[in-house]
Formats: sequence, structure tokens, C-alpha cells
Amino acid sequence: MRRVNVYAPILVLGLLSTGFAVVSVVAGSLTGPKRYNRARLDAYECGIEPTPQPVGGGRFPVKYYLTAMLFIIFDIEIIFLYPWAVAFDSLGLFGLVEMVLFIVTVFVAYAYVWRRGGLDWD
Amino acid sequence: MSPLTSSVLTATIQAPKIEYSQVAPMLIVLGAAVLGVLVEAFAARRLRYGLQLGIALVGLLAALVSVALLAGAHHIVAMGAVAVDGPTLFMQGSILVFAVLGVLTMAERSLDPGGTAFAAQAASVPGSTAERDAVGAGIMQTEVFPLTMFAVSGMLLFPASTDLLTMFVALEVLSLPLYLLAGMARRRRLLSQEAALKYFLLGAFSSTFFLYGVALLYGYSGSISLTGIADAVSGATGGDALLLIGTALVSVGLLFKLGAAPFHSWTPDVYQGAPTPLTGFMAAATKVAAFGALLRVLYVALGGVRWDWRPMMWAVAILTMVVGAVVAITQTDVKRMLAYSSIAHAGFLLTGVIATSRAGLSSVMFYLLAYGFSTIGAFAVVTLVRNSGGEATHLSQWAGLGRRSPLVAGIFTLFLLAFAGIPLTSGFTSKFAVFSAAMAGGAAPLVVIGVLVSAVAAFFYVRVIVLMFFSEPVGDGTSVVLPSALTTIAITVGAAMTVVLGVLPGWFLHLADQAAVFVR
Repeated sequence: MRRVNVYAPILVLGLLSTGFAVVSVVAGSLTGPKRYNRARLDAYECGIEPTPQPVGGGRFPVKYYLTAMLFIIFDIEIIFLYPWAVAFDSLGLFGLVEMVLFIVTVFVAYAYVWRRGGLDWD
Repeated sequence: MSPLTSSVLTATIQAPKIEYSQVAPMLIVLGAAVLGVLVEAFAARRLRYGLQLGIALVGLLAALVSVALLAGAHHIVAMGAVAVDGPTLFMQGSILVFAVLGVLTMAERSLDPGGTAFAAQAASVPGSTAERDAVGAGIMQTEVFPLTMFAVSGMLLFPASTDLLTMFVALEVLSLPLYLLAGMARRRRLLSQEAALKYFLLGAFSSTFFLYGVALLYGYSGSISLTGIADAVSGATGGDALLLIGTALVSVGLLFKLGAAPFHSWTPDVYQGAPTPLTGFMAAATKVAAFGALLRVLYVALGGVRWDWRPMMWAVAILTMVVGAVVAITQTDVKRMLAYSSIAHAGFLLTGVIATSRAGLSSVMFYLLAYGFSTIGAFAVVTLVRNSGGEATHLSQWAGLGRRSPLVAGIFTLFLLAFAGIPLTSGFTSKFAVFSAAMAGGAAPLVVIGVLVSAVAAFFYVRVIVLMFFSEPVGDGTSVVLPSALTTIAITVGAAMTVVLGVLPGWFLHLADQAAVFVR
């Protein structure tokens, strides 16, 4: 019985998020105004027009790839920083040294991208 | 909140510790690589080549010194992730020496009128105006040096890993820079890029095999550490499907890296397409790292089920030797021929692995050292034979080379004789060591096949020698270009060690024998 309790918060969280998604979609379709116009068919906020497709599928500039890769690197950095911040006390000096080494390595790569023009869009 | 939940949330974490001095060789090489990236970011373009070459060589030599200082160590460090023991240090030393020679050949600038063997700007489309501009400006891609250093640091960790996840990380760290470097040749760029893509796709595929095998072995033993798996194996009655499938999948991942049949199909394409100095370095150093990892997994973790994996390795070894030697006969390109020769050598090395004994381990380590020196030397010689289109790698262009340049043809002959295993070269001593270890380990039929295949292999090595010395030269502008001191040093060291390990191998055999004990 005890063992089940450990997973109870995860189950509750799952139920809550499912409930929120279902309620907001259903409530939106019931209460929202229904006006159809061109703007509704545009890409939301940013991005590439999905139609009409160019012949041969079209090509995306490699710049998108570079930006996405940089984003992922910093995203992963945060994922590692977060648990370290939580367990900062028990990890002590070792944790600090290792994290500084990790951040320095990421920033060296960042400096390379910056100096070599990887952040210039044009 | 139940008491158990709260105890999970407030559990204290034991801070891990890492013995930095024990893993110093890897840290030094990694540090040099990071420094190299900073040089690329901040140093002026004209200074980069000199700085990069200096940093790479100083870093590699410092790491070599720290390996020598660690000699005699025999323990597991870094929370059970890294073994610092005889085989680790012997192979790390070999890899570092090969890396020094490899960096020297990669830095060679006096062979190609454009600069190094690497593309002026690897990102420019072959045949485009951007490429012409880059070549015209005389710039070069000095990222080659930090990339090589990253690959070397992965290679240093690969044979030292004592848990399978660390081994996987090392595998990726060593592979990714090599995929990139393989596509950066200055001449015949499309061939080079094709090679890089093939290497990347097949390499990624084999990595997933390795990872799946790790998952199954973890499912079997509940541990990713090699000693943990060994304990689970020795406590079990054997014949567990998870264990056998896991062993097979991990072996596939490792056998791919060392180019054993039937996982060898990338080898000829990549060896041919990649810039030749890189091919030489890769053929020598990657083989050491991959065999180191294979030996550690099979001997330390799976020694208890050797009666299960040995039949499989028998089949792979026989197939590798036969495919390498027989297909090499039909090759018309020097680099492809050397690639198939390296496949055949992987087969000979596997016979030593099958011995599953201390002699097997020490003979494989000695073989890797001897083979590496000859290989780097041989590929360095290939970079010297050129015509107006770059390296002349077609065998017909090598006809009569002995008359145009007896010295270069003579040195290449020495390397070919070593590959063939002729006495008084390192090839004979190392083959003898491997075969006698396999004989003592109860693999006599394998040794018979190995000797027969060696005879077949000798045919195509001798054919090249005959071609160089007893054929009329073809007048197509092929000539031997005089290299600078960099390549000269690499070829000289390669040739000298090929002779030394053949004539006076005693000290090195003793060293390998002393080192051949895995920490458990």
C-alpha cells in the first residue's frame, strides 16, 4: 500500500492535466464565437506558410537548423542546472566545480558560434 | 503526504568524487580541444594554424607523459566508471602516439598547392563560387585540430570505461568528430562527403545496436557496470536469452567500429573517401580503442559465458579474415586495398581475442601497436604520390614508382611486407604472438585458417611491390612530391618502429605482457 502512495502524486497530476485539456477544449468550442476569415488559416504568430507547397517540397535555410541546435544545447544545460540547484547543499564543492566546468564548456561553444557569425541571420 | 513520499523528496544525495589525477590523460586532451575551439573563436586567421598545431602537439605529449606517470596503476576510479589499469594505459599510450603522428600528417601543407589535405571551407558546395573564393583566399579549416583532439579524448575513454553507459558516451565522443572529418577532403569532395554520410548513417545504426544490447544486459543483470554483469553471470546457471541477445547486440556495435565482417561494408568507402592523413590516423587509433573496449567487455563482463560467445566470434573472425584478404585481391585503388587489408587484420586480431587468456590480451595489444605504426606510415606514403588532380591512388599510376623514387617505394614495400607478416618486420612478430596465443587457447583450426589467409593476403601485397619495381612507369604526370618535416617524421617513425618491433620486439612484448591484467 505504501509503495503505491509514492506514485499517487504522479497519477493525480496526470488526471489534473488530462482534465484541464479536456475541459478547455470542450469549453472553448461551446462558449467561443465562431467567425471564419482568412487570418484563421495563417500560421500562428510565426513560421512558414504550409500551403501552397513549392515544387519538390521546397528547402529550408540551414539557419533554422543552427538556431534549433543552439536552443537545444541551452535547453539541455537548464535541465542539468535545475537538479543541481535543488541538491546544491549536499553536492557541495564538487558539484560547484563540475557545474562550472560544464557551463564553461557550453559557453566556449557559444563563443565559437558567436565569433564565427553563427548568430547573424543574414 | 505519506512518510515514504517525504523521505524520497528530502533524501540526501551523496556527493560523488572523481580522482582527477587518475583521469588526467583524458582531461588534458579534452582541455586542449576546448582551448582549440577558443583559438578558432578569437585568434586572427593567419595565427590559427600555428597555434592549433602547437596546442594539439603539446596537449598530446603532456597526456602521453601523464600516462607514463600512471604506469603500474591498477584500480577503478570516478565512481566505478573508469578503469586505470595496464590495458587502459598501454592502449592510451598507443592511441596518443598514433595521434601525434596523425596530427603531424594532417598538418602537412607542402604536398597540395592549396594547403592541407582538408577542404578550404568544408561548408561550401563543391564546384560553387563560394568554394573557389575560399580556395583563392588561401584559407584553411583549422577546426580539424580541435575535432581530432575531441576524437582522441573519446578514444582514450573507450577502452578505459568500466560501465556500459560511459562506454557508449565514449563511443559517441570518438565517432562524431570522425564522421565530420571524413567529409572534409580537399580533393574529390563529393566522394568524401558520400563517405562521411555513409559512415554517419551506419555508425548511428550500430550505436543503436550497442545501446539496445546495453539495455538487455541491464535487464538481465540489473547493473550497467562490467563487474556487476560479471557477478550476475557467475551467479546464474547460464543460457538466459536476455544475456545472450544483449551480448550479441553489444558485440555488433563494437565489431562495427573495428571493421569486422559482416559489419565492414563502411570501411572501404570511408577509408577511400576520407582525407588520407585522417584515414591513417583513424585506421590505427580507432582500431586500438575499439579492440580495447571489445576486450574489456568480453573478458571482464562476459568472461563467464565465453563458451557462448566464442563460437560466434569464431565465425566472425573467419569471415573477417577471408572477406578482407579475398576481396582485397580485386581492388584497383591503393586506399581501398589498404582498407580491405585492415579488415583482414581485424580478423587476425580477433583470433587473439578468442584466446580468452592473458597471452591473448597482451598479443592483441602488441599487434595493435605494431599495426598502427605501419598503417599510419603506409597512408602517409599514399599522400606523397600525386598528379595534377591530387593523390594518384589508382594502382596503375603506381607502376614503376620504384624507378622514379626508390626511397619512397622502398619504404612502402617495407610497410607492405609488414602487413604480409614477413619475418624481420613487426607484422611477423605480432602475427606470431596472436596465433600462438590462439593456439594455446584451443583455437588451432582458427590458426590454420589464419595462416592460409595470410598466404592469400601476401599475394596482393607482393603484387603491388612487383608493380612498383618491375613495371614500366606510365607517363601520366604521376610523381612523388617531397613532403615537409611533418610527414617525413611520421613516415620515419612508422618505418623505424616497423623494423624495431620486428627485429627487437622483446621490450615491447614484455611491456604488453606486464600490462595485460584487467582490473575487476
